[in-house]
Amino acid sequence: MTLLQTPVAAEKRPDQDEGLLEKATERRNRRTYLALLLPGLLGLLVSFVFPLAYMIRMSFNKGAPDGVIVETFTLDTYIQPLTDPYYWRVTLDTFQMGVTVGILCVLVSYPVALFLARSTSKYRGLLIAIAIAPLLTSAVVRTYGWMVILGTNGLINSSLEGLGLIDTPLKLTNNMTGVTIGLVEIFMPYAILAMISGFGRLSPQLEEAAGSLGASKFKVFTRVTLPLSLPGLLTAFLLVFVLAISTFITPRLLGGGSVQVLATEIYDQTTGLLNWPFAAALSVILLVLFGLIIAVYQRLTKKIGG
Amino acid sequence: MSDVRIFKPRFNPAKPAFGLLVFLLYLFLLAPLLIVCVVSFASNQYLSFPPEGLTLKWYEMLPQESTFMEGMKVSLIVAVIVTLIVLALGVPAALALDRFDFKAKAAVQSFFLSPLLIPSIVLALGMVLLFGPLGLTNTYAGIIIGHVAITIPFVIRTTLMSLATTDTSCEAAARVLGADSWTVFRRVTLPIIQPGVIAGGVIAFIVSFDEAVISLFVAESGLPTLPVQVLRYVENSADAAVAALSVILILISLAVVVVVERVMGLRKALR
Repeated sequence: MTLLQTPVAAEKRPDQDEGLLEKATERRNRRTYLALLLPGLLGLLVSFVFPLAYMIRMSFNKGAPDGVIVETFTLDTYIQPLTDPYYWRVTLDTFQMGVTVGILCVLVSYPVALFLARSTSKYRGLLIAIAIAPLLTSAVVRTYGWMVILGTNGLINSSLEGLGLIDTPLKLTNNMTGVTIGLVEIFMPYAILAMISGFGRLSPQLEEAAGSLGASKFKVFTRVTLPLSLPGLLTAFLLVFVLAISTFITPRLLGGGSVQVLATEIYDQTTGLLNWPFAAALSVILLVLFGLIIAVYQRLTKKIGG
Repeated sequence: MSDVRIFKPRFNPAKPAFGLLVFLLYLFLLAPLLIVCVVSFASNQYLSFPPEGLTLKWYEMLPQESTFMEGMKVSLIVAVIVTLIVLALGVPAALALDRFDFKAKAAVQSFFLSPLLIPSIVLALGMVLLFGPLGLTNTYAGIIIGHVAITIPFVIRTTLMSLATTDTSCEAAARVLGADSWTVFRRVTLPIIQPGVIAGGVIAFIVSFDEAVISLFVAESGLPTLPVQVLRYVENSADAAVAALSVILILISLAVVVVVERVMGLRKALR
């Protein structure tokens, strides 16, 4: 065997050497990128994967009212939110809020995005920066601003009263109206960003071409601009929907306790009632809702793209 | 038809109307920030509009408001440490994702960006559940670990963006001239990708500094951060002290926006 193999090996030596060298470099590269990736992966494992996995496991435990957790494996925690009409109401309200905020936000963001995408002004960069700068101020601060604007003695009510248009202040906070207005504004920068990047295929030349071929302004918009910007609109809507159904600060502050959505319910179950497994089950339900929307989104974008 | 349009541009009322619409929408977008600025100078005892007079009393109140000062300290410490950790974890990972090809690359990359896809309240609940038994709730370690998850995607994204536009031949040249990997990284790669790294770090800092939900769950009773203190204050008080504080926070964000815009463009950095 060895005698037979030796000449063959000798014959193949130059080739094999190259292969070995390649393999050695590849192995070294593999080690390098593993070493580079590992710290980040470990960081996410500890701060992201473990907490989520632990929460999902927790949702199958039994909770006692005093915060005691009974380690078991049961679906009981899911039965209550899935059978109690109250939690159906909360889930439906959450969903409805997401749809309303998504539609309104897309409507108010579209003109801004269209303006920014078309603009050839030298201030374009600055205008884009102003449109998305609010993202970098805390949601707490912006919600607080809306409380001042919409409150009983706020900007809108005192202006309307001053003009003699109303006698009793409108109820714009501590209800879904206030929460919706606040959320629409808070997510506008996301929608604008998503649309600007989604407008890739929308070129001014196309609009000009349609115009010079005799299409009216309105026709150019409905036949060229709108269809081409649909993917951007859809992305923006779904992004805002997903953000809206999981938001906590704004429903909490502008809802003043009378707006109950999944996020506020999760918080109340945790801090007030100490029912950890139940809060975990509600979170899993929110996650599933989330996953469904993202799956739908991916199918839709594939359809539009293909 | 088209010739007429080119030589005699008629007045088109749609154009100024569109401009006005965009202006009003900008006003709507900036309304809460503008109103907070106005209210912070109003002398009204309780939160109301219009201002009865001008005053600086809310700003003078801030240094005495110990909850704000405590919160500010906690938030600053957390944000600085989170930024350093996330840069140390994220920049090498982005480098590996850009420079090496491997089967699971796309999966690993979306894994790094996935914390953005999970509702922060869900993540926050998971953290408080896991950190509780480990004794990490109400500790700096707990909040910092919590913030790492939500800030890492930003660093990965901005660094990848910078790496995608770099020319690798500089690195090859340095290597041929005898530099070892570490020297190549420090002297060639890092200076090239610096804008992405700075933008990522700055955004990580702001996201951590502004983060309220995770901090609320993980450290509400022991180490409330500034957003948590503000949330509590807004829920319980009806004066404008928070407005003055908010103006200072807005100014800090504004400074940050300018820095990020200068180094890489805000839009690129956030997407």
